[in-house]
Amino acid sequence: MPISLNSVGFGLGGFTILSDVTVSVEPGEVIGVIGANGSGKTTLIRMMATLVSPREGSGMVLGARLGTGEVYPVRKRIGVISHLPAVIGQLTLEEHLRHVIRLAGLDTDRIPAALRAVGLDGAAERSGSASSFGMLRRTEVARLLISEPELLLLDEAFSGLDSEAGSLIDTLIARTLAREGAVVLVSHDRSHMQSASRVFSIGGGTLRTAP
Amino acid sequence: MRFWGQALEVARVDFRIEAREGEVIRIVMPFAVMALLVFPLAMGLDLSTLERIGPAVFWALGVLFGMQVALRQSAEEAVSRKDLYALAGLDPAARFAGRALSGTLLTIGFFAALWLGMVVVYSPGLPAGWPGPTAMATALVAIGLTELGTLAGEVTAGLRNRTALASLIVAPLAVPLVVGGSQTMDSLARDESILPWVLLLLATDLALAVAGVGLARPLEEASR
Repeated sequence: MPISLNSVGFGLGGFTILSDVTVSVEPGEVIGVIGANGSGKTTLIRMMATLVSPREGSGMVLGARLGTGEVYPVRKRIGVISHLPAVIGQLTLEEHLRHVIRLAGLDTDRIPAALRAVGLDGAAERSGSASSFGMLRRTEVARLLISEPELLLLDEAFSGLDSEAGSLIDTLIARTLAREGAVVLVSHDRSHMQSASRVFSIGGGTLRTAP
Repeated sequence: MRFWGQALEVARVDFRIEAREGEVIRIVMPFAVMALLVFPLAMGLDLSTLERIGPAVFWALGVLFGMQVALRQSAEEAVSRKDLYALAGLDPAARFAGRALSGTLLTIGFFAALWLGMVVVYSPGLPAGWPGPTAMATALVAIGLTELGTLAGEVTAGLRNRTALASLIVAPLAVPLVVGGSQTMDSLARDESILPWVLLLLATDLALAVAGVGLARPLEEASR
């Protein structure tokens, strides 16, 4: 099972961010999580990405127990698009992709095709700091087209995108599902949840099935 | 990609960013040159005094500004970039090695320029056979300072008073490097063996390398 969280909790600086969260995601499934700003959506995504460990409860992601060294090797199989694009501003978009793809030990020959697929072949030499939000988002999509993650975690991935760029995210979801991967879609906007088979709402750090 | 492949990739990108940002050449270096000129301006043209204090000024400014190179803003990483690296499978120890490698080469370049400036301004009486031991001592100090700066950067990652805190961590731990570097030159001038000081520098560099590689993963996980 890609994700299995059992009564997990997380807090920071005396504040509870997640409390008694239980959820599982099956292979080939898309689940959606909706919630207002500050409801714990991003922390939930980071926990599913193994980047934070639960303070309470237990969880498994791609067969690795959260909070243990088992998570390090599975991280390469997880793809995340966060609400803030993670593109190195001082590099060109192509250089950034090459850097990350090299670190991951993947084939850099696939970069030109990926840039073409996201419509950035004409902007590959533009630096990250001189690129628009949409271009940075497309760069992230290009990275995930190459890395082909088994678990795709999308945190407000549709925000600030035009319909064409939004369809690229849909393509990413479709390709992940075609590989029997799983997708978690997080947004404050219910209209982005069409592809989700189950939708949850998060509020005050607690996850409930959305009406 | 294996450990050294990842480390070299990190170092390569660090260099590319430094080439574009020019933080060492455009910010650190001009202030270091100004600081070099402060002593002659303050003390007047007492050439014999300047000749004597030249190497001491080099080490004092080298350590002060060398730390600025190690802790430069462009070497900082946002949380999103750290997450990106973690999900790309970058080994934190390889990241430490890569950053230490690029920082060391930048610091060695900075030290070489500073040494040249010191020789021009202070005209110190250098002992016979100085180039080899001096180059070795400055390289060992550069390695240690960069390891220390990289380690301090990791320890203070994500903290609000990062720069001030990193300097506080680095200052006491830099003492063996300052002592080793300056005493190597002093021993050379007095025609004594430099071996104890070179060994001190080597031991410090090795201890910092072991600490940096060994603590890279726990520090990265703790900083999230």
